[in-house]
Amino acid sequence: MASKLISQMGLPQSIANVFAARNIQTAKDALSYTEFELMELLDVGLAEVTSAVAQISEVTCPSYQTALLLMEDRLHNGYLVGHLSTRLKGVDDALCGGIPSGALTELVGPAGIGKTQFCLKLALAAALPVCNGGLNGRVIYIDTESKFSSTRMIEIGKNSYPELFRMEGKAQEMAGRIVVLRPASLSEFTEREYERDTRAPRKNSLGWHISFLKSLAEFSQIPIVVTNQVRAQSSDVAHYPFEVHNMDQTVKNHEHLESHLVAALGIHWAHAVNIRLVLEAHSDQRFIKVAKSPCSPPKAFPFVVTSGGISLLSDEGIEVMGPEINTIRCQGYDNLVRGERW
Amino acid sequence: MKHLKFASQSSKSEGSDGSRSIVAGAQTAWDMLREEQTQTHITTSSEDLDAILGGGINCKEITEVGGVPGIGKTQLGIQLAINVQIPVDYGGLGGKAVYIDTEGSFRVERAFQIAEACIQDTLNSFVVQQRDVKVCQEKMQPKAFLANIFYFRICSYTEQIAVINYLDKFIAEQKDVKIVIIDSITFHFRQDFDDLALRTRVLGGMALKLMKLANKYSVAVVLLNQVTTKITGGSFQLTLALGDSWSHACTNRIILYWSGNERHAYIDKSPSLPSASAPFSVTGKGIRNAVSNCKRIKMM
Repeated sequence: MASKLISQMGLPQSIANVFAARNIQTAKDALSYTEFELMELLDVGLAEVTSAVAQISEVTCPSYQTALLLMEDRLHNGYLVGHLSTRLKGVDDALCGGIPSGALTELVGPAGIGKTQFCLKLALAAALPVCNGGLNGRVIYIDTESKFSSTRMIEIGKNSYPELFRMEGKAQEMAGRIVVLRPASLSEFTEREYERDTRAPRKNSLGWHISFLKSLAEFSQIPIVVTNQVRAQSSDVAHYPFEVHNMDQTVKNHEHLESHLVAALGIHWAHAVNIRLVLEAHSDQRFIKVAKSPCSPPKAFPFVVTSGGISLLSDEGIEVMGPEINTIRCQGYDNLVRGERW
Repeated sequence: MKHLKFASQSSKSEGSDGSRSIVAGAQTAWDMLREEQTQTHITTSSEDLDAILGGGINCKEITEVGGVPGIGKTQLGIQLAINVQIPVDYGGLGGKAVYIDTEGSFRVERAFQIAEACIQDTLNSFVVQQRDVKVCQEKMQPKAFLANIFYFRICSYTEQIAVINYLDKFIAEQKDVKIVIIDSITFHFRQDFDDLALRTRVLGGMALKLMKLANKYSVAVVLLNQVTTKITGGSFQLTLALGDSWSHACTNRIILYWSGNERHAYIDKSPSLPSASAPFSVTGKGIRNAVSNCKRIKMM
């Protein structure tokens, strides 16, 4: 929309010529100036500029829908628009159906907690036919840490959907729908995408990656899932200026902080994701927490990693109060690793 | 001298409502007082929050709401888009809402949930005359409420500017829009804007347009903002995004934050309300009062 050409917007010829003469060709070029700046630049009166800008805006503005139409679209198209079920009832309920399409979902947790297992399960779920709860589609799996295991995925398939995988050639068909990419670095992957665009901003900036992922989610209307790592929580927790009197309380919690981790990439990234699923371990148990979801209060579900992927020990979930939903704990973890197969 | 002469001559002319216009387009403070006293508010569904806001979110003004991810900004946005539609008979504005989504946070299932709960609670707390019941029943359906939310999905800052420009014509045609929510105002300006001077100019232009819109059509404009950290005096502090010049653009500013395990809202900037904070909660029904035993409104 931003690159729509002014020459094709049906403006009166005189003003269209003036825009062209000053090399203002796209909607983005024109709307980046305020009306006074345009007056100065084009040397025309305010009334003409205002009406030209109004017309350009009307053409560039995406069309609206009422919320009712949005809902009816979802119901009408059923499995195509809306969600990818995670096959974990508690998590699906907390997310109003499953991983949403057209939005960015993040899985964050310490190493070895089960993020890749969850991803393998989701990849398979998306490839499956609709009658098995899937999206009957292809999957792009971008593996930056070389953790993808075909063997494991087929094992998950055989254990979760035994009837389906017993059929001739089904395993091959499902596995054939999943394309695995292994870029040596993220910039290698994104460079191919934007080689032609010389005006592209700094490709290594977080902001650029966020824009890219969000636009992809929006235009393709498919679920996009990313995994994220963790880092230690710094002892300086930031506060607002008006919160000064709370400072003494945070000092007392200092020892608390050492076993607490937070998601990497900071608050900027945290704002960008739409859904955040936090995986953590404490008290000899692993939990998957639905933090940042517009659909439900924050809840934690205990889970285990099994031969069939991931399963919840309880669909009810424990409601988590306060900012604790975002902290990630890693205690009592070694016992888990020794005790379980995965 | 000529100016003063002109002013004293034209002070004899009267406006349509009996006010005397000294200079075209201006109002006296006395006339504005009358207007301010009859100003309408949109409830947030939390009485504590409404109390510190002087009744609710003000129409005719821009209110910025900021907070960390997950605190409930989108929840508040959706709640307001529903609450603006409460019919006049039930103490509301009976208006429509424009929801501009720049991040893909809007979940229509959640809006339905909130609409259902709002209608339920409103019907439970009001007694309506028998003859009006049928009319109200048609209006008081969750689907009817969803039909009155105009949803725009914006994917770049160009589209964001375009939609704000287009709203002038849109609201003139739709007539009943009483609130415009932008969720979030920040997103497209934070990602890959290399030219910060351009960003400041564009944001300034946007703020002016929104102020004109709020004034001209008496709508409430609610802008949801993200949070960033800045270094002040050697330590990190949280602050709303988009910089110092943007922070001047909004009339009112509310910051949503965590205090222990409770969500609070703090009035950071307002021309007429004292700085205060109030607790609130996000429930299955939407935004409501906090449920703790020691509920209190703190004056700061």
